[in-house]
Amino acid sequence: MIPGPFSYRRATSIEEAIALLQQYGGDAKVLSGGQSLIPMMKFRLAEPAVIVDINRVPGLDTIEERNGLLSIGGLVRETTLERSPLIRQRYPIIADTAEVIADPLVRNLATVGGNLAHGDPANDHPATMLALRAEVVARGPSGERVISIDDFFVDTFTTALAPDEILTEIRVPAPPPRSGGAYMKFERKVGDYAVAAAAAFLALDEARKIVRAGIGLTNVSYKPLRAEAAENALLGQAPSDELFRAAAELAAQAADPTSDLRGPAEYKRAVARTMTFRALQKALSRAQAA
Amino acid sequence: MERVPIQLTVNGQSYQVEVEPRMLLVHCIRDVLNLTGTHIGCDTTSCGACTVLWNGRPVKSCTVFAVQADGGEILTVEGLERDGQLHPVQEGFWEEHGLQCGFCTPGMMMTAVALLQENADPSEEEIRKAISGNLCRCTGYVNIVKAIQYAARKMRETVPAAVGIAGGE
Ligand SMILES: Cc1cc2nc3c(=O)[nH]c(=O)nc-3n(C[C@H](O)[C@H](O)[C@H](O)COP(=O)(O)OP(=O)(O)OC[C@H]3O[C@@H](n4cnc5c(N)ncnc54)[C@H](O)[C@@H]3O)c2cc1C
Ligand code: FES
Ligand code: FES
Repeated sequence: MIPGPFSYRRATSIEEAIALLQQYGGDAKVLSGGQSLIPMMKFRLAEPAVIVDINRVPGLDTIEERNGLLSIGGLVRETTLERSPLIRQRYPIIADTAEVIADPLVRNLATVGGNLAHGDPANDHPATMLALRAEVVARGPSGERVISIDDFFVDTFTTALAPDEILTEIRVPAPPPRSGGAYMKFERKVGDYAVAAAAAFLALDEARKIVRAGIGLTNVSYKPLRAEAAENALLGQAPSDELFRAAAELAAQAADPTSDLRGPAEYKRAVARTMTFRALQKALSRAQAA
Repeated sequence: MERVPIQLTVNGQSYQVEVEPRMLLVHCIRDVLNLTGTHIGCDTTSCGACTVLWNGRPVKSCTVFAVQADGGEILTVEGLERDGQLHPVQEGFWEEHGLQCGFCTPGMMMTAVALLQENADPSEEEIRKAISGNLCRCTGYVNIVKAIQYAARKMRETVPAAVGIAGGE
């Protein structure tokens, strides 16, 4: 399969990339890892007239902690993320997520920025970033703006990014004491998108009550979902399997999956429930070890 | 139709070619450079038959535009053999019967070469994880794992200079 014809522009600075996007407007698409865009172009589901390749824009591939925030550059590859000692030690939920995305060959190119900007509810990072209350940094012609992850996912394949904006960075609050998170994905085979998956993040106070709870769900709705009712049910409570079962049930009720090749809707809802329960259990064990 | 001049170093040799931006790297390698060792199995980023090393990393060349690789180094299966000597990974596939039809083999070997460059002594689990993006419809993977273990042993036993050959860069 051969994609439709397009003009290729390679940006070497963020300013140049934004200027190109401004010049070509909605006809242009940013190219990062290309691992979603190129398959879509082969199927002619995407036929951009212009491709703006940002892979050689410097400064977008760093992972660092500063001012109480983890900063992940938009162009950080999944392979880099899953191997980063900082991520593995301090943000194991993000390592969990990166290492179940696609397969190692795809992960050598696929970027975190592309994973979020694509707006695919089947992608894995969105649920984790929802659970972690991340922020997305976008650069456009009028400068930089910070978008709350809750406002970022608008519809299937649609995000809050304007056509002339580039996702440059993802910011995640540094983990408070006694906190932990985990991502649990159920897939038919290695490299597949989730039947359903859940991200859970918990923080405990000194009395071991839950003071922060985040739950995100993958591939069970038209967009990535934050299970707010389930989160609220956890707050102020002492963690227990019984509590986690009740929260998982609320998360399953928030899910609105459709029947397809990965299974009927009721089955996916049940998988979402089980994944939420297991993610909460693992998040708790990490919070207790922290 | 827009055509873009690009320069690629493939298996140590420099090529200047003009390509349409939409030309996939695998088509450039096979149809323009006539290196047909790199296979196309699915064309949908699923099988890994098209795996090549791009600046040292194994990637699916059916999901990269040739223009993206401008100025880059590519290693394909043709670049593994040196002076009539099989690369240890090739030798391993030969000795351990790591193939049947051979369609997945070039991609599988490129992934193995990249793995052994990073990890001289991978466990069976690490090998299986590394090749999880390369599908084989014939072997059941058992002999592929053995072939990679054979290559790892061989590369550890040979002098460091010879291991450097694996890079081909
Ligand atoms: C076989 C296969 C299996 C996969 N399985 C999974 C899976 O299990 N889980 C999962 O999460 N993903 C999966 N993916 C998708 C993969 O992770 C993609 O790489 C990812 O969705 C997009 O990242 P990318 O860097 O490749 O983006 P690209 O393909 O380059 O871009 C995707 C979209 O985002 C836009 N975009 C990219 N970067 C930016 C930016 N910085 N600013 C603004 N817009 C931008 C592009 O214009 C395009 O519209 C799979 C892909 C394949 C081929
Ligand atoms: S041909 Fe490239 S992954 Fe199958
Ligand atoms: S040997 Fe036939 S596909 Fe692997």
